[in-house]
Formats: sequence, structure tokens, C-alpha cells
Amino acid sequence: MSQVRLLVGTRKGAFLLTSDGRRKDWSVSGPHFAGWEVYHLKGSPVDPNRIYASQTSGWFGQVVQRSDDGGLTWNAVGNKFLYEGEAGTHQWYDGTPHPWEFKRVWHIEPSLTCPDTLYAGAEDAALFHSTDGGNSWLELSGLRKHGTGPAWQPGAGGMCLHTILLDPTNPQRVFIAISAAGAFRTDDGGHTWKPINRGLHSLHIPNPTAEVGHCVHHIAMHPTRPDSLFMQKHWDVMRSDDAGDSWREISGNLPTDFGFVIDVHAHEPETLYVVPIKSDSEHFPIDGRLRVYRSRAGGDDWEPLTNGLPQSNCYVNVLRDAMAVDSLDSCGVYFGTTGGQVYGSNDSGDSWRAIVHDLPAVLSVEVQTLS
Amino acid sequence: MRSKVRVELPANLCLLAGVTREVQVSVEDPVTQRSLMDALEIAYPMLEGTIRDHTSKLRRPFIRFFACEEDCSHMPLDEPLPDTVAQGMEPFLIIGAIAGG
Repeated sequence: MSQVRLLVGTRKGAFLLTSDGRRKDWSVSGPHFAGWEVYHLKGSPVDPNRIYASQTSGWFGQVVQRSDDGGLTWNAVGNKFLYEGEAGTHQWYDGTPHPWEFKRVWHIEPSLTCPDTLYAGAEDAALFHSTDGGNSWLELSGLRKHGTGPAWQPGAGGMCLHTILLDPTNPQRVFIAISAAGAFRTDDGGHTWKPINRGLHSLHIPNPTAEVGHCVHHIAMHPTRPDSLFMQKHWDVMRSDDAGDSWREISGNLPTDFGFVIDVHAHEPETLYVVPIKSDSEHFPIDGRLRVYRSRAGGDDWEPLTNGLPQSNCYVNVLRDAMAVDSLDSCGVYFGTTGGQVYGSNDSGDSWRAIVHDLPAVLSVEVQTLS
Repeated sequence: MRSKVRVELPANLCLLAGVTREVQVSVEDPVTQRSLMDALEIAYPMLEGTIRDHTSKLRRPFIRFFACEEDCSHMPLDEPLPDTVAQGMEPFLIIGAIAGG
């Protein structure tokens, strides 16, 4: 019998939610690392018992935790994240140069082939790499030093590298995204990088079509079509079919194209999910109605999914790493809110129920489909 | 000579280190902030980077040190701590600053 395990990072610890393949009854474990912010947890695709977690605190800094038994026990591994060489400067909010300073890890991406190899996306934006299970970290500094780094500027949430996508067909190709610098790609395993932001249009920056400076909120990819990328930008939902070389808008009939999350159905590469949020100043659903929007056409044409979701007085947000899909049939879709709910659907989004109601604000949701 | 020094940790670091509020560490004399932190991080390596910076060895901004009812956060790293701390009569307190609302 299949099993599903959700890895939920919150403002005050991590929670593991498990269910059998029916995905109706759930057990809850946690809080792990109680009192700490857990920005992200993710399991190794090679060894699902190997789970990494980013545990962080404004007081006590960064800790990386590793479990080798599916989250039953944890051990702190390496937390020495040093920028390579002269750290240099990026732009501060007022446009003045500001030194790069490590603050936290926003996203952990384990390798598709080796449980000891993983990437970490940091604030201030940088990509780190470990090949020893997280015990030691080296910066892939070609990203910050490819030329546009000094022009990057933080978004409201900080200058974070929040998205890391590994191409299953090409181990040399990695996509990343930074708020508010944009999307970048390497085709040589992280030595050299290039901005991939052509086609993005951001009215809130001095040059709306600039090479960098776009506030990309999240990017998703279906593993069978790694050249097709789907982006939720600050405003606008976008897609690329040439590995990010160019983008076109697919916001279509969405009630608002502001939002944070975006994801792709596990078995239908043209079925997308977003959660529209009213605006950049009002981070909650329009009219207090929490609606996931699904497109079965790869964008442009969207339908609201409301069955089981609150349709009045709901003013939560869904943050950028807080949606995930399982690989069962029918596809399970999950998302967490800043109000502490984790909603799940075991029928590709047709119906929803709250798995938990009252967790701390949810920062991230990942899912492991276990056989 | 080595001294047994008592150290009180804030709750979040107790959880991380898997200890109760007070731990005892063996410190090479003279007992200073630097030698105490070195000894603490050897005894509890998971605390490395959570109290002081990995490279500069300076206290993290929202960490404060107290001993004998005195704030010693700004003492030079190599200045000897009070004898009562070095002799284990008084604990060395590591505090998360009260910040936020």
C-alpha cells in the first residue's frame, strides 16, 4: 500500500503528516525543532528516509538538520555557509551598495541521483552545494559573480534564492530563481550562469524588461518536460517552452495574477495550479474566498476550485514554497497557509479538506510518495 | 589548568543541543569568553555558529552574555571572566535578546 508523507515547515517548527494511499486519514508528528522557523524540508528522491531541513532563527542563525530514518530522529549537520572569496556588494533597497551577508537557507534541493548531494538556496542570494550529506558546504559562486550580481536588489522578503530546479534529463542543467533578481540557468553544473528573464515585464522596476531585477516568486517544472517552465511572478503567471530563454504570459482569465505558489500535476504536464492573491499590498484571497485555480491547458484558461475551501472571511496567504503534488493516481495536491491550515486534495483539486487547522504559519510544504 | 564552568543556555539552544538549561564545560585557563565558547562548541558542536559567527568569532547580534548580574556582552573576547564564573560558583548566562513585539 502506498503512503504519503507531507513535510511541513512553519514559523515555529516542522510537522510531518502521514497517510496511506487513500489520503483520508492523517497522523501528525511534531513540532520538530519547536520554536525555530523551519523554512523548508525535502526528502531525497533516491532514499526517502533521508530528509533535510532548514532550521533558522533571527537570534541563533542557521542550522541544517538531517534525518536518516524518515523523520523519526534528526542530527544537526553543517551550517557553515561562507561566500567564496570577496563577498562583494549587491544593491540595498535604496539603491546603495550593500555587502552580501548570509542570513538563512530558504530552500533545500536534494540531488536526483545521490542522497548525500544537495543544494541550498540562501539569503542573501547564493547557491551552496554539499556532496557529503550536508556536513560541509561550498558556494557555487559563478552565479553571484557572472556579472549582474552587484545590480540585484532584495524583495520585501529579503534577497532570497528560493527556487532550485534540477533537470532530470541533464545533470549539468539547473534553474534557480531569486527575489528580486529573476531566473537564472546553468548548463555546466553551476560553473557559469545566465539570466533567463526575456519576456518578463515588471512595471514596478525602472526598466520593465530589464535583464535582471524581476521579482520571481516561484517556478515549477514537470519532470518529463524539463524545457517547459511555469512561473508565478510578483504579478503575472508566465511559461517558457525553451528552458527559460523566452517567456510568455499565461495569466488569462485569472481574477488576479499576483500570487506566490505554482505547481504542475504529477501526470498531466499541462495541468497547472496557482492560488491567486489579491495584490502586493493585500496578501490574501480576493473577497475572502480561498480558491485554487487550475488550468488543464497549460495556462490562459483557468477554473476556480472551491469545493472544501473556505468561501468567506478567509484572509490567509499561501507562500511560495507551500504547494506540492504527490505522484499517486489521482494526483494529490497540497498547500499550506499563513493561518496554519494544510489543505489536501486526493482528486487532482476537485475537492479539498483541511488536514490540519491550527499549525503555526506555514512556510513550506513538500510531499513524499512512498511505496 | 582547566576549570569547570557552568553555562546556562536559552531554550532554543537547549533543544538543539539536547540538554537541560545548564551545562558544565571544561575550559582551559584563563577562562575568557573566547576560551569558554571554544570549549562549549567542542562539547556541543551543533552550537557552532548559533552563538557566535563562524569566522569572526564575534557574538551574534541578538545574543547577550551575563555573569554575576552584570552584562558582559561587550567585554573583550580575551579578558578573563569573573573568578566566581571560572570557579563554577556562578553560571555564565547566554541569553537571546528580548526583541520584537
